Order: sequence, then structure tokens, then C-alpha cells
Amino acid sequence: MKLRSKDILGLDHLEPDEITLILDMARDMKKIVQSNMKRVNYLQGRSVVTLFYENSTRTRVSFELAAKYMGAHAVNVSVSTSSVAKGESLIDTGKTLDVMGTDIVIMRHSQPGAPHLLARNINASVINGGDGMHEHPTQALLDMFTMREAKGGFEGLKVAIIGDIMHSRVARSNMIGLGKMGAKVCIFAPTTLIPPGIEKMGCTICQSLEEAIDGADVVMGLRIQKERLKKALIPSTEEYARFFGVDVRHLAGAKKDVLVMHPGPVNRGVEMTSLLIDSDQSKITEQVTNGVAVRMALLYLLAGREEN
Amino acid sequence: MKLLIKNGTIITGDRTEANKDILIEDGKISRIGEGITDTADQVIDANGLAVIPGLVDAHCHLRDPGYEYKEDIRTGTMSAAKGGFTSVACMPNTNPVIDNESIVRTVIAKARREAVINVYPIGAITKGQQGAELAEMGSMKVAGIVAVSDDGKPVMQASVMKKALIYAAGFGLTVISHCEDLDLAEGGSMNEGETCTRLGLHGIPSAAEDVMVAREIILSEYTGMPVHIAHVSTKGAVELIRQAKKRGVPVTAETCPHYFTLTEKACEGYDTNTKMNPPLRTQEDVDAVIQGLSDGAIDIIATDHAPHHFDEKNVEFELAANGIVGFETALPLALTYLVKPGILTLNQVVSKMSAMPARILKIDKGDIRVGADADLAIVNLEEEYVINPDEFLSKSKNSPFKGFKVSGRVKYTICGGKIVYQDK
Repeated sequence: MKLRSKDILGLDHLEPDEITLILDMARDMKKIVQSNMKRVNYLQGRSVVTLFYENSTRTRVSFELAAKYMGAHAVNVSVSTSSVAKGESLIDTGKTLDVMGTDIVIMRHSQPGAPHLLARNINASVINGGDGMHEHPTQALLDMFTMREAKGGFEGLKVAIIGDIMHSRVARSNMIGLGKMGAKVCIFAPTTLIPPGIEKMGCTICQSLEEAIDGADVVMGLRIQKERLKKALIPSTEEYARFFGVDVRHLAGAKKDVLVMHPGPVNRGVEMTSLLIDSDQSKITEQVTNGVAVRMALLYLLAGREEN
Repeated sequence: MKLLIKNGTIITGDRTEANKDILIEDGKISRIGEGITDTADQVIDANGLAVIPGLVDAHCHLRDPGYEYKEDIRTGTMSAAKGGFTSVACMPNTNPVIDNESIVRTVIAKARREAVINVYPIGAITKGQQGAELAEMGSMKVAGIVAVSDDGKPVMQASVMKKALIYAAGFGLTVISHCEDLDLAEGGSMNEGETCTRLGLHGIPSAAEDVMVAREIILSEYTGMPVHIAHVSTKGAVELIRQAKKRGVPVTAETCPHYFTLTEKACEGYDTNTKMNPPLRTQEDVDAVIQGLSDGAIDIIATDHAPHHFDEKNVEFELAANGIVGFETALPLALTYLVKPGILTLNQVVSKMSAMPARILKIDKGDIRVGADADLAIVNLEEEYVINPDEFLSKSKNSPFKGFKVSGRVKYTICGGKIVYQDK
């Protein structure tokens, strides 16, 4: 089996059998990441470019290592030194990378839909590394990998997502992907951070932290950014922490083997307490390892699409 | 120069007359009757075709001066003529802004040289459309403007709008208001709601339009001065206008074909040709707009023809320019989506696209009668075809209606007795 599209634009575009394929492949890749010989030649002779229009450490490094562990040429295009500063259009930048022989472009962009525009205009595969508030498919896939690894599957899982749903591409991708795989997503957030119509994406909006976490298999926190204060969405991070911050005591109603997750970086004491972040239930560091494995799987599957 | 139109069915806002001949002499309609046998320089056989008043558009952007790479007066009016329009009122958000007498005269002079139909400039409400100081409306009126508007930009200060309504009325000018509360819109790029949430775009709530429509109605009611609401797109706005009209507030309103045909769902896939301001709304809003057209809350259909260059649309959705071209799709869309399903009669659509906008602009257009200017469109109401933007005469092709199957094709457009468009 192969991926149907040349691009990974979002969970919206992936079928359940493709998601399973990616997660299965990532299981094998994880062994490489955890071995002392992190060098295979699956992508030898291939070129991978990360094109990041937004700051990122973990996603960019994760992709770069994923490409390098498999022997690809990996180049990072950073915004400050690129032609972007000169006002070149996204399509022109993409075409330039394309004709230099790039096989896969990984792009992060503040504009939702930007990877879709790029993908339509270049021959290289495009992986969406996060587009505005829209999707962050590789994060959702690594989250799903982490859940499946611990829980065995998705059918009937209850995943509680707590935090800034409105601005979160991670939440959107997880909702779509988990929904496709048979899990149930419950959300809880300040009412100003619940975007209108979100329930149409297949989640249940909860009225309290307790309700969201009750019987949950996974509790996922989301980063809250200070700039939300300026937009009059929340009054203070202190008030946020008081009513929406998750602590160990909140897990009382959750499943015994509940997983605590967060896409990072975490504001300790705001979205989650340190006690929770560093607890046995926490999968937050494991998620990062899994991120490299999932990204290796994606690069491998995309590069392998044209081969027989 | 004599032109004779034989055996057409005359359809105006208030009457239908089958099998009529229309004789045109020196740019005017000289006779209407049956079996006119005068020799003419040219005879058009309109058997089986509808002869309607040349359409009047109260809201378009010709982009001239300043943005001729998008459209100019020549191509814009050729595009309008192909759509059956013979009179268009163009918005002042050009470069420079049409906010003083000399620019009005420049536009009118250029139109006299290059336009194939009648062009009526709309002047700015405020200098440079900055929303602060009133533009010289009186002098612009002397030069030929038919209304004032800061279209594209709302007048955010209520005090300025209040004084604009009063001052404009003193010169017999109607203020056309682009209703958008910029604070509520927060720089969004599509309707706030389910689709927007899914696409991760920044939303524009329908309340941004409703709040401003409510303000204009209150100011119009308070001052007793007329206001015309541009491009109504929300259920809330339709209801506010309906209630205001019941109280006798001198408010009129327009909508555009995209607001009675498309919903926010069209934005899926980030097609920038579905991006306009106000944005495409929900099915509930579309239904309300249609109801408003039907019960008279909405007086007229305007195009908001807003040409943009390919490069300005071939970018990220939130960076793309707002607006779509509309001249060449307005009539067939109205016929297909309003007349065919029986929402409006043919006469009502013709009225809302000719006589009524002419009345709002206070120009003597929109009727077929002896002595009137010979501004006519001859239409095959039955002809079905698929919209293909590549065939547009506009310089720009930014239309969300590519591939739509419609009925009703303009065969001839006659302006001042001259054939200005003929379908080949």
C-alpha cells in the first residue's frame, strides 16, 4: 500500500488506512531512533528542504533529524536569510526549490491554506508543518502514535483536549484524525477560545474540567499564548491557570492509565502544573521521540510513492 | 441613424408586451408598436427574444484611474455591455480617490472618450476615504456624481456619518454605506463560523455588518436623511432593513448575485475567487437575502464588479484581494437563481436591475417608452450555457462561478441607439 497523495496537507486528506500505514511504519522507525546506529539509507540521494516562515525549534529539528537519520540531504531555509525578505511570492519560492531538485518540502506558514497553494504549484511533495490555525498533521500523527502505542488502538478512546482550541492547529488535526479512527474528543476551554461551529468537527464541548476529564484515556493540554490577553480573550494567565490549568488532582475521574500529553512548549504552572508534567502518566517527552519516528515514516512513504 | 427591433417581447419592471417593434432614431425610442414598416439602417430580428431596459448597476469598480492593470473604463464598460448593462455607477476607491471635482471631471471625460456605455461616478464621502473630513460633495455633484460612498472602507466615526447624511442630502445626493464594523471584523477573511473554524482562517462575524446597518438606520431615522445600504449579505441586516422600512425610514438596500447563490462552503479548498467583502455567509443568510429580495426589503441587485489581477488572487487566502468580477454573470445568475425557481418574476428582476437602481441614483434610465434614451438589452432567456471566465471581456477573470450552468444570454446591448455589444 502507498499514500494516495503526493502531499501531507492535513488529517482531512488522509484516509484511515493511510493513517494506520503511517503509524505502523513509525513503529519500525522508532527502533532506529532509539538505536545506537541512527543511520539507514532509505532516503539516500534524496533532498528534503524545511521551509519555515514561522519560528520553530522542535518541529524543524525533528524533521531535519528524521531526514538525516535516513541519509537524505536536508537543508533548512530560514526566513530571515531567504528571498522571502525580498518579497518573493510563496509560489515563486516553491518553484525555485522545485527546480533545484528538492523531493520533499516541509513548510510551516502563518497563513492557513499556504501548503495547499504550494502543493498545487510544485512537483515536489509538500508536508504541512503547521499552517496558521488550520492543521498540524505531523503533530497529530505523533500524538496518535503515542496514544496507540500506549492504548493499543483508538476505538472508544476518550481524549480530552483542554486549552486554546480557537488558535490551535494541533487540536483541529487531532479532532479530525481521532474522529476518523473512532476515538471521541471532548474539549474544555474559556468560552472565548471555543471557535464557533467547532462541534461540527465532531467534538463535544464540555462545561467543566471534571466533565471533560471524566473517564478520559488521554488528557491533552494546549499552549496558551500571552498575546491572547491583548485581544481581550482571557484576562490573565493566573485566572487561566486557576480555572483551566490541569493538575494531578483533576485526574481523579480519569481512567487509571490515563495519558497526559502536550504538544509543547509547555508553560509550566499555566496549562499544567509541574507535578502533572513530570508525573508517571506524562507522555510529553515520549511525544518528542515519537515525533522523529512519525516524520521518518512520512518522509519514507512519500519518497517511496514513485518507486515500484 | 435608424435602428428597428422587430417582434421582440418587451419586458420592463412593470409590464410585458409580446410581439412589439421598437423604432430608434437619434439615440431615442421614437415609436413602439406592431408591424412598424419604416426603413431603417439596421433591423434586428428579436423574434423569441426579450427586450429589456439596459441594466443599471449602482455599484461597480472600474479601477480607473490608478489600477488600470485590473480594469479600465474601456474594458470595464465593454464587460458591462456584454452583461446587458448600459449605465454603471463606479465607486471612488481609485488612485487617486474620486474625492474632488477635478477627478470627477477627469473620469467623466475619459468615459466620454472610451466608455461604450454610460458611466456615472460616485464620489467619496470623506477626503481620501479616510473617514475624517467631508469631501467636496457639492462641487462633485456639479461635475456629475450621482451618489457618495466610501465603499471598501466603512466610515467608522458615527458623528462623521451623521453629518455626511445631512450634508449629502442638502445636495440631493444619497449616501451609499459599506457596512462593516472594522473592530468586530478584526481583519478576518471569511465568514466566522463552521467553515472558517475548519479552515483555520480568521473570521468576520455577521455582527460586523449588522451593527453598522443598525447604526446607519438609526442615523437615517434620526436625521430623516436617506441612506442606501451596499451589498447586504446577512440575515440580520435584511431584518433590520425590513423593520426600518416599516417605520418609514428612508433606507434602501442592494445585494449582489453572490449573496443569493453561494455560501461560505464555497471557500473550502481556499479558492481565493470566493473571497470578497462582505464575505460569503451561511445558507440561512442566503435564504434571508432571497426572502428580502422577494418581499422588497432589498430593493436592487448590484454587481459589486471588483476586478483583480491574477497575481493578486494567486496567493495565500488571507493575503488575497477581496472581490469578484460581476458584470457578465449578474443577469444570468438572477434569471437562473431567482426567476427560474419562481422567487421573483421576470419583471421584478428587470426592475431590480434597471428601473429601481436608476431611481436610487436619480438618473432617467430603466424604462422602455417613447422619448426615452434607447438603452436596451436583447436577451435570449432560454439559452443555456456554462460560465467560462476566459470568455469575459473584463481584464480580470476572478469569478467563483466558473463552470456554473446558467440560462439567459445577452444577444445585443444597445446604448443611446448604438449597438455596443453583439453576441457572435
